[in-house]
Amino acid sequence: MNYRFDWSVLWTGQSGAWLLQGLLTTLAISAIAWIVALVLGILAGALRTTRFAPLRALAAFYVEFFRNVPLLVWMFFFYFAVPSLLPQPLQEWLFNHGAEFSAGTAALGVYHGARFSEMIRAGIQSIPKTQLEASLSTGLSVAQAYRLVILPIALRLIIPPLTNETLNLFKNSSVALTIGVAELTFQTRQIETYTAKAIEALTAGTLIYLIICLAIARTMARVERRFAIPGMVGSPTES
Amino acid sequence: MDFGVIERNWSFLLSQGLVGIGGFAGGTLRLAIPALLLGFALGLLIGLARLARSRWVRVPATIYVEFFRGVPLVMVIFWFWFILPVALGIALPEYGIALAAFVFFEAAYLAEIVRAGIQSVPRGQVEAAVSTGLDRAQTTRHVVLPQALRNMIPALVTQFIVLFKDTSLASIIGYVDLTKAAQIVNNREIRPFELYLFIAVIYWLCAYGMSRYAGYLERRLATA
Repeated sequence: MNYRFDWSVLWTGQSGAWLLQGLLTTLAISAIAWIVALVLGILAGALRTTRFAPLRALAAFYVEFFRNVPLLVWMFFFYFAVPSLLPQPLQEWLFNHGAEFSAGTAALGVYHGARFSEMIRAGIQSIPKTQLEASLSTGLSVAQAYRLVILPIALRLIIPPLTNETLNLFKNSSVALTIGVAELTFQTRQIETYTAKAIEALTAGTLIYLIICLAIARTMARVERRFAIPGMVGSPTES
Repeated sequence: MDFGVIERNWSFLLSQGLVGIGGFAGGTLRLAIPALLLGFALGLLIGLARLARSRWVRVPATIYVEFFRGVPLVMVIFWFWFILPVALGIALPEYGIALAAFVFFEAAYLAEIVRAGIQSVPRGQVEAAVSTGLDRAQTTRHVVLPQALRNMIPALVTQFIVLFKDTSLASIIGYVDLTKAAQIVNNREIRPFELYLFIAVIYWLCAYGMSRYAGYLERRLATA
């Protein structure tokens, strides 16, 4: 193997600034997409357990369609196809305000929302039916029962698989480089392009991903302990 | 809306992009199927190694799995893209690089499925096998693995769906799969909405069909 290592490329020139900027973009896109995914996931997951068939079918369509198509296709779809359907002023505004980032966040959020919702549905279905009946008999409406009783329990039950899926979302944010979002993997490539030192650049990017993944797993483990429901063993769903 | 663009490029998208028959060395299925088979062979070894008694076998296998599960696939593909030609000293086609990346990446996930499958075999089976005079290797090969493999089937189908969707990422190094084929057509025709919607539907048909099949297998194996 004839390759000359030169690790100094990582701390000379602009490499450090690029990596930091990439990391911040990765964290930003992941965090916003995570919130979008959680909201969509809770909504679709809850709707799939209701009695009203049209809403159930709508949620099922969203979940099955979005999670069975590659994230990359959604990235392209939201970046290249969706803006052309929007009204002209909105299109212009988008392209002047970082359309890549919005499209990437939308794709990541919508794709993982479909995946989140499956876990939330499993969490809701693992709660005994009597919980809902008991809440209804105290005079709560169905919406109130979900908001005040069912969802809080379900969310606490699904923390372990949610951790897994959160890590997947974080790692999948790297797919956004394909539409030009300057996230961590993108910046790693940029360092490689400027310095021609692929191994050094990739090592730096890889280590950052590993460290953040570890940090997320640690944090979620702490959240899990904090919100564990006493008397329950482990999670009710497979991850 | 002009779906004529699909009609005009129908055979390129499907035979070249999805299956891999055509002028380019491409194809989603031509990458996904060998990647699953080779990845499973490697995953089986790593999964067994994770359950080995010797620490010198178990720890490296664990590090392998945790490493690949902690890094984005995009990053792994770039690693192989830069490293393989340097390490081997020869230029490799995109197909070789993509296949290698997917085999090593998927092996980590498949190893976890193998491990879970093996651990789902009741302990009594091992004890019974050992008491009939089989040694450890024989027990694994004749008693544990046949039962474990059966338990793994639904998870393997599910993992294949993930792999099938993930192969779209091979397009970032220029491999002509279904996604890249749509990009190529779009560069000429500028019909992003029709084209990306079309490949989304194709991916969906394949993935949803397989997930229904996985559900069916799960039910059948559960009752059997």
